[in-house]
Amino acid sequence: MASNPIDQFQLQTIAEFSVGGLDLSFTNSSYYMLVAAGLTIGLLAMAMSRPALVPGRMQSVAELTYEFVAGMIRSTAGTDGLRFFPLVFTLFAFILMANMLSMMHYFPSPGWYGFTIMSHIIITFALSMIVMSVLVIYGIWKNGMKFFSLFFPAGVPWPLYFLLTPIEIISFLSRPVTLSMRLFANMLAGGILLKVFAGFVVMMGAAGGLIAVGAIAPMVMVVALTGLKFLIAFLQAYVFAVLTCIYLSDALHPGHH
Amino acid sequence: MPATAIATDGAILAAQAAFPPFETSTFPSQLFWFAISFGVLYFLLSRWMLPRIGSAIEERRDRVADDLDAAAQMKAQSDEAVRTYEKSLADARAKAQSVAANARAEMERQIAEETTQVDAELAKKSEAAEARIAEAKAKALSEVRVIAASAAADVARHLAGVDVTEADAAAAVDAKA
Repeated sequence: MASNPIDQFQLQTIAEFSVGGLDLSFTNSSYYMLVAAGLTIGLLAMAMSRPALVPGRMQSVAELTYEFVAGMIRSTAGTDGLRFFPLVFTLFAFILMANMLSMMHYFPSPGWYGFTIMSHIIITFALSMIVMSVLVIYGIWKNGMKFFSLFFPAGVPWPLYFLLTPIEIISFLSRPVTLSMRLFANMLAGGILLKVFAGFVVMMGAAGGLIAVGAIAPMVMVVALTGLKFLIAFLQAYVFAVLTCIYLSDALHPGHH
Repeated sequence: MPATAIATDGAILAAQAAFPPFETSTFPSQLFWFAISFGVLYFLLSRWMLPRIGSAIEERRDRVADDLDAAAQMKAQSDEAVRTYEKSLADARAKAQSVAANARAEMERQIAEETTQVDAELAKKSEAAEARIAEAKAKALSEVRVIAASAAADVARHLAGVDVTEADAAAAVDAKA
Protein backbone atom coordinates (compact mmCIF):
# COMPACT_ATOMS: atom_id res chain seq x y z
CA MET A 1 0.00 0.00 0.00
CA ALA A 2 1.17 3.50 -0.74
CA SER A 3 2.92 5.24 2.11
CA ASN A 4 1.96 8.71 0.96
CA PRO A 5 -1.12 9.84 2.94
CA ILE A 6 -2.42 11.66 -0.13
CA ASP A 7 -2.37 8.64 -2.40
CA GLN A 8 -5.58 7.30 -0.92
CA PHE A 9 -7.46 10.12 -2.64
CA GLN A 10 -5.95 9.38 -6.05
CA LEU A 11 -8.46 8.42 -8.71
CA GLN A 12 -7.56 5.24 -10.53
CA THR A 13 -9.09 4.61 -13.89
CA ILE A 14 -10.70 1.22 -14.08
CA ALA A 15 -12.24 1.48 -17.54
CA GLU A 16 -11.52 4.19 -20.09
CA PHE A 17 -14.64 5.91 -21.35
CA SER A 18 -15.02 9.25 -23.06
CA VAL A 19 -17.82 11.08 -24.86
CA GLY A 20 -16.92 13.81 -27.36
CA GLY A 21 -13.44 14.23 -25.95
CA LEU A 22 -14.80 14.48 -22.37
CA ASP A 23 -13.10 11.98 -20.09
CA LEU A 24 -15.89 10.09 -18.30
CA SER A 25 -13.77 7.08 -17.34
CA PHE A 26 -15.05 4.64 -14.76
CA THR A 27 -12.76 5.12 -11.76
CA ASN A 28 -12.50 3.83 -8.22
CA SER A 29 -14.60 6.85 -7.19
CA SER A 30 -17.33 5.84 -9.67
CA TYR A 31 -17.15 2.30 -8.34
CA TYR A 32 -17.59 3.44 -4.75
CA MET A 33 -20.46 5.76 -5.65
CA LEU A 34 -22.30 2.90 -7.35
CA VAL A 35 -21.53 0.66 -4.38
CA ALA A 36 -22.81 3.29 -1.95
CA ALA A 37 -26.05 3.73 -3.89
CA GLY A 38 -26.40 -0.03 -4.38
CA LEU A 39 -25.74 -0.85 -0.73
CA THR A 40 -28.19 1.80 0.46
CA ILE A 41 -30.99 0.54 -1.72
CA GLY A 42 -30.01 -3.12 -1.26
CA LEU A 43 -29.92 -2.97 2.54
CA LEU A 44 -33.24 -1.13 2.67
CA ALA A 45 -34.79 -3.58 0.22
CA MET A 46 -33.53 -6.48 2.32
CA ALA A 47 -34.87 -4.86 5.50
CA MET A 48 -38.28 -4.24 3.94
CA SER A 49 -38.52 -7.48 1.95
CA ARG A 50 -41.32 -8.66 4.23
CA PRO A 51 -42.65 -5.74 6.21
CA ALA A 52 -43.90 -7.13 9.48
CA LEU A 53 -46.25 -5.55 11.96
CA VAL A 54 -43.69 -6.20 14.68
CA PRO A 55 -40.46 -5.28 12.92
CA GLY A 56 -37.32 -7.35 13.02
CA ARG A 57 -33.87 -5.94 13.60
CA MET A 58 -33.21 -4.75 10.05
CA GLN A 59 -36.71 -3.39 9.54
CA SER A 60 -36.34 -1.48 12.82
CA VAL A 61 -33.15 0.13 11.56
CA ALA A 62 -34.80 1.10 8.27
CA GLU A 63 -37.83 2.54 10.06
CA LEU A 64 -35.68 4.31 12.65
CA THR A 65 -33.68 5.97 9.88
CA TYR A 66 -36.90 6.97 8.16
CA GLU A 67 -38.34 8.45 11.36
CA PHE A 68 -35.01 10.08 12.19
CA VAL A 69 -34.89 11.98 8.90
CA ALA A 70 -38.61 12.78 9.01
CA GLY A 71 -38.24 14.12 12.56
CA MET A 72 -35.25 16.18 11.50
CA ILE A 73 -37.28 17.83 8.75
CA ARG A 74 -40.32 18.38 10.96
CA SER A 75 -38.29 20.07 13.69
CA THR A 76 -36.33 22.38 11.35
CA ALA A 77 -38.61 23.09 8.38
CA GLY A 78 -42.04 22.22 9.75
CA THR A 79 -44.50 19.63 8.50
CA ASP A 80 -44.75 21.13 5.01
CA GLY A 81 -41.00 20.54 4.71
CA LEU A 82 -41.83 16.86 4.33
CA ARG A 83 -42.27 17.41 0.57
CA PHE A 84 -38.44 17.44 0.49
CA PHE A 85 -38.27 14.20 2.45
CA PRO A 86 -37.02 11.98 -0.44
CA LEU A 87 -34.28 14.47 -1.27
CA VAL A 88 -33.10 14.88 2.33
CA PHE A 89 -33.27 11.14 2.92
CA THR A 90 -31.27 10.43 -0.25
CA LEU A 91 -28.64 13.00 0.70
CA PHE A 92 -28.36 11.68 4.23
CA ALA A 93 -28.26 8.02 3.20
CA PHE A 94 -25.80 8.58 0.36
CA ILE A 95 -23.36 10.65 2.44
CA LEU A 96 -23.65 8.30 5.40
CA MET A 97 -23.04 5.23 3.26
CA ALA A 98 -20.12 6.93 1.44
CA ASN A 99 -18.53 7.93 4.75
CA MET A 100 -19.03 4.49 6.26
CA LEU A 101 -17.47 2.91 3.18
CA SER A 102 -14.49 5.22 3.67
CA MET A 103 -13.92 3.50 7.01
CA MET A 104 -13.26 0.22 5.18
CA HIS A 105 -9.64 0.51 4.20
CA TYR A 106 -9.64 -2.81 2.36
CA PHE A 107 -13.06 -2.91 0.82
CA PRO A 108 -13.57 -5.37 -2.04
CA SER A 109 -12.78 -3.24 -5.07
CA PRO A 110 -10.34 -3.21 -7.98
CA GLY A 111 -6.96 -3.06 -6.23
CA TRP A 112 -8.59 -3.64 -2.81
CA TYR A 113 -8.16 -0.06 -1.76
CA GLY A 114 -10.64 1.91 0.27
CA PHE A 115 -11.81 5.23 -1.06
CA THR A 116 -13.42 8.30 0.47
CA ILE A 117 -15.96 9.64 -2.01
CA MET A 118 -16.60 12.77 0.03
CA SER A 119 -12.91 13.68 0.08
CA HIS A 120 -13.34 15.16 -3.40
CA ILE A 121 -14.64 18.67 -3.31
CA ILE A 122 -16.37 18.38 -6.66
CA ILE A 123 -18.72 15.75 -5.22
CA THR A 124 -19.54 17.68 -2.05
CA PHE A 125 -19.97 20.81 -4.15
CA ALA A 126 -22.34 18.94 -6.45
CA LEU A 127 -24.33 17.80 -3.41
CA SER A 128 -24.60 21.32 -2.06
CA MET A 129 -25.50 22.68 -5.49
CA ILE A 130 -28.38 20.22 -5.65
CA VAL A 131 -29.64 21.67 -2.38
CA MET A 132 -29.15 25.28 -3.50
CA SER A 133 -30.83 24.73 -6.88
CA VAL A 134 -33.82 23.10 -5.24
CA LEU A 135 -33.94 25.96 -2.75
CA VAL A 136 -33.83 28.70 -5.41
CA ILE A 137 -36.03 27.03 -8.03
CA TYR A 138 -38.68 25.81 -5.62
CA GLY A 139 -38.53 29.05 -3.62
CA ILE A 140 -39.19 31.21 -6.67
CA TRP A 141 -41.78 28.83 -8.11
CA LYS A 142 -43.67 28.73 -4.81
CA ASN A 143 -43.30 32.32 -3.59
CA GLY A 144 -42.58 34.30 -6.75
CA MET A 145 -40.87 37.60 -6.04
CA LYS A 146 -41.63 37.19 -2.34
CA PHE A 147 -38.78 34.71 -2.26
CA PHE A 148 -36.34 37.62 -2.34
CA SER A 149 -37.72 38.93 0.95
CA LEU A 150 -35.10 36.48 2.21
CA PHE A 151 -32.61 39.29 1.72
CA PHE A 152 -34.76 41.88 3.49
CA PRO A 153 -35.28 40.76 7.07
CA ALA A 154 -38.58 42.05 8.44
CA GLY A 155 -38.87 44.47 11.33
CA VAL A 156 -35.76 46.49 10.61
CA PRO A 157 -35.60 50.29 10.15
CA TRP A 158 -35.17 50.86 6.40
CA PRO A 159 -31.73 52.54 6.42
CA LEU A 160 -30.30 49.33 7.87
CA TYR A 161 -31.16 47.51 4.64
CA PHE A 162 -28.13 49.16 3.00
CA LEU A 163 -26.06 47.20 5.47
CA LEU A 164 -28.14 44.07 6.01
CA THR A 165 -29.07 43.18 2.43
CA PRO A 166 -25.47 42.79 1.19
CA ILE A 167 -24.70 40.71 4.28
CA GLU A 168 -27.72 38.51 3.64
CA ILE A 169 -26.75 38.10 -0.01
CA ILE A 170 -23.17 37.18 0.87
CA SER A 171 -24.33 34.74 3.52
CA PHE A 172 -26.72 33.18 1.01
CA LEU A 173 -24.02 32.83 -1.62
CA SER A 174 -21.57 31.37 0.85
CA ARG A 175 -24.00 28.60 1.79
CA PRO A 176 -23.01 26.17 -0.97
CA VAL A 177 -19.34 26.88 -0.29
CA THR A 178 -19.50 26.24 3.46
CA LEU A 179 -21.84 23.30 3.02
CA SER A 180 -19.48 21.53 0.61
CA MET A 181 -16.26 22.64 2.34
CA ARG A 182 -17.30 21.31 5.74
CA LEU A 183 -17.98 17.80 4.49
CA PHE A 184 -14.98 17.75 2.16
CA ALA A 185 -12.47 19.07 4.73
CA ASN A 186 -13.67 16.74 7.48
CA MET A 187 -13.41 13.62 5.39
CA LEU A 188 -10.11 14.67 3.82
CA ALA A 189 -8.49 15.57 7.14
CA GLY A 190 -9.75 12.39 8.80
CA GLY A 191 -8.29 10.25 6.04
CA ILE A 192 -4.93 12.01 6.05
CA LEU A 193 -4.64 11.92 9.83
CA LEU A 194 -5.31 8.19 9.98
CA LYS A 195 -2.78 7.47 7.23
CA VAL A 196 -0.11 9.67 8.84
CA PHE A 197 -0.36 7.91 12.18
CA ALA A 198 -0.58 4.51 10.53
CA GLY A 199 2.56 5.47 8.58
CA PHE A 200 4.31 6.25 11.87
CA VAL A 201 3.47 2.77 13.15
CA VAL A 202 5.05 1.18 10.08
CA MET A 203 8.12 3.44 10.08
CA MET A 204 8.82 3.05 13.80
CA GLY A 205 8.16 -0.69 13.65
CA ALA A 206 10.62 -1.03 10.77
CA ALA A 207 13.29 0.92 12.69
CA GLY A 208 13.49 -1.92 15.23
CA GLY A 209 14.77 -1.92 18.82
CA LEU A 210 13.35 0.47 21.36
CA ILE A 211 11.78 2.61 18.64
CA ALA A 212 9.71 -0.36 17.51
CA VAL A 213 8.31 -0.69 21.05
CA GLY A 214 7.43 3.02 20.92
CA ALA A 215 5.30 2.34 17.86
CA ILE A 216 2.57 1.38 20.32
CA ALA A 217 1.85 5.09 20.85
CA PRO A 218 0.81 5.94 17.25
CA MET A 219 -0.98 2.59 17.18
CA VAL A 220 -3.16 3.64 20.11
CA MET A 221 -3.67 6.94 18.31
CA VAL A 222 -4.84 5.15 15.16
CA VAL A 223 -7.38 3.14 17.16
CA ALA A 224 -8.67 6.27 18.89
CA LEU A 225 -8.83 8.20 15.62
CA THR A 226 -10.74 5.38 13.97
CA GLY A 227 -13.41 5.72 16.65
CA LEU A 228 -13.45 9.48 16.19
CA LYS A 229 -13.70 9.12 12.44
CA PHE A 230 -16.72 6.87 12.77
CA LEU A 231 -18.35 9.63 14.79
CA ILE A 232 -17.37 12.26 12.23
CA ALA A 233 -18.54 10.07 9.36
CA PHE A 234 -22.02 9.96 10.88
CA LEU A 235 -21.97 13.51 12.19
CA GLN A 236 -21.08 15.07 8.83
CA ALA A 237 -23.91 13.22 7.10
CA TYR A 238 -26.24 14.45 9.85
CA VAL A 239 -24.95 18.04 9.70
CA PHE A 240 -25.32 18.11 5.93
CA ALA A 241 -28.90 16.84 6.18
CA VAL A 242 -29.85 19.27 8.97
CA LEU A 243 -28.40 22.27 7.13
CA THR A 244 -30.24 21.13 4.00
CA CYS A 245 -33.49 21.17 5.98
CA ILE A 246 -32.76 24.61 7.40
CA TYR A 247 -31.93 26.03 3.98
CA LEU A 248 -34.93 24.41 2.34
CA SER A 249 -37.23 25.86 5.00
CA ASP A 250 -36.25 29.25 3.51
CA ALA A 251 -37.84 28.11 0.26
CA LEU A 252 -41.06 27.33 2.13
CA HIS A 253 -41.24 30.38 4.35
CA PRO A 254 -38.82 33.07 3.12
CA GLY A 255 -40.50 35.62 5.42
CA HIS A 256 -39.36 34.38 8.82
CA HIS A 257 -35.69 34.46 8.60
CA MET B 1 -2.17 22.66 -5.54
CA PRO B 2 1.40 21.40 -5.79
CA ALA B 3 2.34 18.80 -3.24
CA THR B 4 5.38 20.62 -1.91
CA ALA B 5 3.77 21.11 1.47
CA ILE B 6 3.45 17.38 1.89
CA ALA B 7 6.87 16.76 0.40
CA THR B 8 8.51 18.82 3.16
CA ASP B 9 6.87 16.48 5.65
CA GLY B 10 9.20 13.83 4.39
CA ALA B 11 6.61 11.80 2.56
CA ILE B 12 7.72 9.95 -0.51
CA LEU B 13 5.95 11.78 -3.30
CA ALA B 14 6.30 12.24 -7.01
CA ALA B 15 6.90 15.96 -7.33
CA GLN B 16 4.66 16.40 -10.36
CA ALA B 17 1.55 14.82 -8.76
CA ALA B 18 -1.19 17.34 -8.04
CA PHE B 19 -3.40 17.24 -4.96
CA PRO B 20 -6.08 14.74 -6.13
CA PRO B 21 -9.22 16.62 -5.00
CA PHE B 22 -8.12 19.65 -7.04
CA GLU B 23 -7.30 17.81 -10.24
CA THR B 24 -9.87 19.36 -12.53
CA SER B 25 -9.35 16.77 -15.25
CA THR B 26 -11.17 14.20 -13.09
CA PHE B 27 -14.20 16.43 -12.51
CA PRO B 28 -16.28 15.43 -15.57
CA SER B 29 -15.93 11.73 -14.79
CA GLN B 30 -16.74 12.23 -11.11
CA LEU B 31 -19.76 14.41 -11.86
CA PHE B 32 -21.00 11.99 -14.51
CA TRP B 33 -20.89 8.95 -12.26
CA PHE B 34 -22.15 10.94 -9.29
CA ALA B 35 -25.18 12.04 -11.33
CA ILE B 36 -25.88 8.46 -12.32
CA SER B 37 -25.54 6.91 -8.86
CA PHE B 38 -27.27 9.75 -7.01
CA GLY B 39 -30.03 9.96 -9.61
CA VAL B 40 -30.70 6.25 -9.53
CA LEU B 41 -30.60 6.23 -5.74
CA TYR B 42 -32.99 9.18 -5.55
CA PHE B 43 -35.36 7.58 -8.03
CA LEU B 44 -35.40 4.19 -6.33
CA LEU B 45 -35.72 5.66 -2.84
CA SER B 46 -38.48 8.15 -3.64
CA ARG B 47 -40.49 5.83 -5.91
CA TRP B 48 -40.00 2.48 -4.23
CA MET B 49 -38.25 2.23 -0.89
CA LEU B 50 -39.48 5.26 1.05
CA PRO B 51 -43.19 4.71 0.27
CA ARG B 52 -42.69 1.10 1.31
CA ILE B 53 -41.17 2.04 4.66
CA GLY B 54 -43.69 4.83 5.12
CA SER B 55 -46.65 2.55 4.47
CA ALA B 56 -45.27 -0.06 6.88
CA ILE B 57 -45.06 2.58 9.61
CA GLU B 58 -48.46 3.98 8.67
CA GLU B 59 -50.03 0.54 8.74
CA ARG B 60 -48.66 -0.13 12.19
CA ARG B 61 -49.87 3.24 13.43
CA ASP B 62 -53.36 2.55 12.01
CA ARG B 63 -53.40 -0.90 13.50
CA VAL B 64 -52.40 0.38 16.93
CA ALA B 65 -55.02 3.13 16.71
CA ASP B 66 -57.65 0.57 15.67
CA ASP B 67 -56.72 -1.71 18.54
CA LEU B 68 -56.90 1.18 20.97
CA ASP B 69 -60.34 2.07 19.60
CA ALA B 70 -61.52 -1.50 19.97
CA ALA B 71 -60.17 -1.64 23.50
CA ALA B 72 -61.95 1.61 24.39
CA GLN B 73 -65.17 0.26 22.89
CA MET B 74 -64.89 -2.96 24.87
CA LYS B 75 -64.21 -1.01 28.03
CA ALA B 76 -67.34 1.05 27.40
CA GLN B 77 -69.31 -2.16 26.91
CA SER B 78 -68.00 -3.70 30.11
CA ASP B 79 -68.73 -0.46 31.98
CA GLU B 80 -72.27 -0.62 30.62
CA ALA B 81 -72.60 -4.23 31.78
CA VAL B 82 -71.32 -3.33 35.23
CA ARG B 83 -73.82 -0.48 35.41
CA THR B 84 -76.71 -2.76 34.40
CA TYR B 85 -75.65 -5.37 36.90
CA GLU B 86 -75.43 -2.85 39.71
CA LYS B 87 -78.80 -1.42 38.79
CA SER B 88 -80.49 -4.85 38.82
CA LEU B 89 -78.75 -5.64 42.08
CA ALA B 90 -80.10 -2.45 43.63
CA ASP B 91 -83.60 -3.23 42.24
CA ALA B 92 -83.51 -6.71 43.68
CA ARG B 93 -82.40 -5.40 47.02
CA ALA B 94 -85.19 -2.81 47.09
CA LYS B 95 -87.74 -5.44 46.10
CA ALA B 96 -86.53 -7.82 48.79
CA GLN B 97 -86.82 -5.08 51.35
CA SER B 98 -90.37 -4.22 50.33
CA VAL B 99 -91.35 -7.88 50.40
CA ALA B 100 -89.90 -8.20 53.88
CA ALA B 101 -91.69 -5.04 55.03
CA ASN B 102 -94.99 -6.28 53.59
CA ALA B 103 -94.60 -9.61 55.29
CA ARG B 104 -93.82 -7.95 58.58
CA ALA B 105 -96.82 -5.64 58.32
CA GLU B 106 -99.10 -8.55 57.44
CA MET B 107 -97.84 -10.57 60.34
CA GLU B 108 -98.27 -7.72 62.77
CA ARG B 109 -101.77 -7.17 61.51
CA GLN B 110 -102.59 -10.87 62.03
CA ILE B 111 -101.02 -10.87 65.46
CA ALA B 112 -103.04 -7.85 66.45
CA GLU B 113 -106.24 -9.39 65.11
CA GLU B 114 -105.71 -12.66 66.90
CA THR B 115 -104.76 -10.85 70.05
CA THR B 116 -108.02 -8.87 70.08
CA GLN B 117 -110.00 -12.04 69.32
CA VAL B 118 -108.34 -13.92 72.11
CA ASP B 119 -108.78 -10.96 74.42
CA ALA B 120 -112.47 -10.80 73.64
CA GLU B 121 -112.91 -14.50 74.22
CA LEU B 122 -111.04 -14.35 77.48
CA ALA B 123 -113.10 -11.39 78.62
CA LYS B 124 -116.29 -13.28 77.80
CA LYS B 125 -115.07 -16.33 79.65
CA SER B 126 -114.02 -14.41 82.72
CA GLU B 127 -117.35 -12.60 82.72
CA ALA B 128 -119.19 -15.91 82.67
CA ALA B 129 -116.93 -17.23 85.39
CA GLU B 130 -117.53 -14.17 87.50
CA ALA B 131 -121.27 -14.53 87.04
CA ARG B 132 -121.05 -18.16 88.09
CA ILE B 133 -118.96 -17.24 91.10
CA ALA B 134 -121.38 -14.52 92.10
CA GLU B 135 -124.27 -16.98 91.78
CA ALA B 136 -122.47 -19.59 93.80
CA LYS B 137 -121.57 -17.01 96.38
CA ALA B 138 -125.14 -15.81 96.71
CA LYS B 139 -126.35 -19.35 96.97
CA ALA B 140 -123.70 -20.17 99.56
CA LEU B 141 -124.53 -17.06 101.52
CA SER B 142 -128.20 -17.91 101.59
CA GLU B 143 -127.35 -21.43 102.72
CA VAL B 144 -125.02 -20.04 105.38
CA ARG B 145 -127.90 -17.97 106.78
CA VAL B 146 -130.19 -20.96 107.00
CA ILE B 147 -127.46 -23.03 108.65
CA ALA B 148 -126.64 -20.15 111.03
CA ALA B 149 -130.32 -19.68 111.92
CA SER B 150 -130.83 -23.35 112.62
CA ALA B 151 -127.55 -23.45 114.56
CA ALA B 152 -128.66 -20.41 116.58
CA ALA B 153 -132.09 -22.03 117.27
CA ASP B 154 -130.33 -25.20 118.39
CA VAL B 155 -127.97 -23.21 120.63
CA ALA B 156 -130.92 -21.32 122.15
CA ARG B 157 -132.79 -24.52 122.79
CA HIS B 158 -129.98 -26.35 124.34
CA LEU B 159 -128.60 -23.54 126.46
CA ALA B 160 -131.71 -21.59 127.37
CA GLY B 161 -134.31 -24.17 126.62
CA VAL B 162 -136.14 -21.67 124.60
CA ASP B 163 -137.86 -22.81 121.52
CA VAL B 164 -137.08 -20.37 118.80
CA THR B 165 -138.82 -20.55 115.55
CA GLU B 166 -136.89 -20.83 112.37
CA ALA B 167 -138.07 -17.39 111.26
CA ASP B 168 -137.01 -15.65 114.50
CA ALA B 169 -133.63 -17.26 114.42
CA ALA B 170 -133.14 -16.09 110.88
CA ALA B 171 -134.17 -12.54 111.87
CA ALA B 172 -131.70 -12.61 114.74
CA VAL B 173 -128.86 -13.82 112.48
CA ASP B 174 -129.69 -11.08 109.98
CA ALA B 175 -129.74 -8.44 112.77
CA LYS B 176 -126.32 -9.60 114.02
CA ALA B 177 -124.75 -9.80 110.57
